[in-house]
Amino acid sequence: MKAYALFRKDLHSELRTRYAVNSLAMFIIVAISVILFSIGQERINENLTAGLYWVVIFFSAMSGLARAFVSEEERGTSLTLQLIASPSTVFSGKLIFNLALVFAMNTVISLLYAALFEGFVLQNFVLFLITFVLGNIGLAVSSTIIAAIIAKAGSKGTLYPVLSFPILLPLILTSVSLTLNSINGTSFEDSIFEIAIVACYDIIMISTSYMLFDFIWKD
Amino acid sequence: MSNYSVKAENINKTFGRRLIFNNLNFNFLNCGIFGITGPNGSGKSTLVKIIAGVNAPSLGKIIHENEGEKIIPEKLHNHIGFVSPYLFLYDEFTAQENLSYTADIRKIKLNQEKVDYLLNEFLLYNRRHDSVKTYSSGMKQRLKFIFALMHEPQLVILDEPTSNLDEKGKESVYKIVEEEGKKNIVIIASNENQDLTLCHSTLALEDYKNQN
Repeated sequence: MKAYALFRKDLHSELRTRYAVNSLAMFIIVAISVILFSIGQERINENLTAGLYWVVIFFSAMSGLARAFVSEEERGTSLTLQLIASPSTVFSGKLIFNLALVFAMNTVISLLYAALFEGFVLQNFVLFLITFVLGNIGLAVSSTIIAAIIAKAGSKGTLYPVLSFPILLPLILTSVSLTLNSINGTSFEDSIFEIAIVACYDIIMISTSYMLFDFIWKD
Repeated sequence: MSNYSVKAENINKTFGRRLIFNNLNFNFLNCGIFGITGPNGSGKSTLVKIIAGVNAPSLGKIIHENEGEKIIPEKLHNHIGFVSPYLFLYDEFTAQENLSYTADIRKIKLNQEKVDYLLNEFLLYNRRHDSVKTYSSGMKQRLKFIFALMHEPQLVILDEPTSNLDEKGKESVYKIVEEEGKKNIVIIASNENQDLTLCHSTLALEDYKNQN
């Protein structure tokens, strides 16, 4: 599979250059440390715990996921990719890479949260798992297409969070609500509306991304 | 000899209100070496990018056909080899890794015999396992030729093919260009007289600046 070959190339490149992993790891450590220092001995409520969990995820994603396309543009290798693969192959390869990165990053964040925050006790683990999977897919797809859009722009660092915020807001808000439900122990049936929103968000983002990418990728 | 053709129909390119070229028509058939020349800023690189399907023309169209069948844009990259000074390979990989990944992404079996032949021709065989970031600009330019030719394309596009090359490097390029020109279409965009002497016909872009 061509997209898988592109993913392997990106993974190998990432292991050598550590473009994204270092910035992601640093951001996760710094963000969680700042939260821990600022709350001190206080026990924060479930609302705040769920909100802060997704705040860390959102900003970590902002610090690392744009690299998928930005690094190609900065190194001048975008043309190389255009000459060896079709746009759909490039998007699929980059999406697989960002999915792997998002799942790894959010697993680390979840484990750190479970170990360090008293309020992060999941009463409904299955619901959390569904939120985690659907939320990560939405985050990876949106981040990948936004990264492709901003890669050719001048001030990438500013543009990425500015463009991501309105696009990711529905996903983040619904995921916060679902995470809160899984901490509260709300049943799966009572959360079905939010799950449907996140699932629809993922489907819409995947289809529009594949439709738009051809126009974004070619000059 | 390949049965490939590239046909340009009334190509026009503008950047904002600035006209680059207008009413450009050509038809390159089967094989041969074709030149594109013009002063700096005349649009040589823009035109080769349009031919390669990387950029779109403002007006008109480029039609690629292989064995009499039109090639769809999604598949065009399989038929094209491209060399230019603004093309970069992955610095963190070795030459061999760059070529292996390129073959994997193209989903073709790496023809190691052909790759070794090209590595030898371009004097890179002994350095094939070294990281590309340790290469000189001339060596990087020579590696781009292997990258462009390893999948045996029917259309080879060379934008300033001899930039950064010493005399020995130029000799290797001319030898390979002449070999390729006998079986495939080779397009050379250059201002170097030595490059253009290889061409069977040449398109001068300054003749296509007319608004009408």
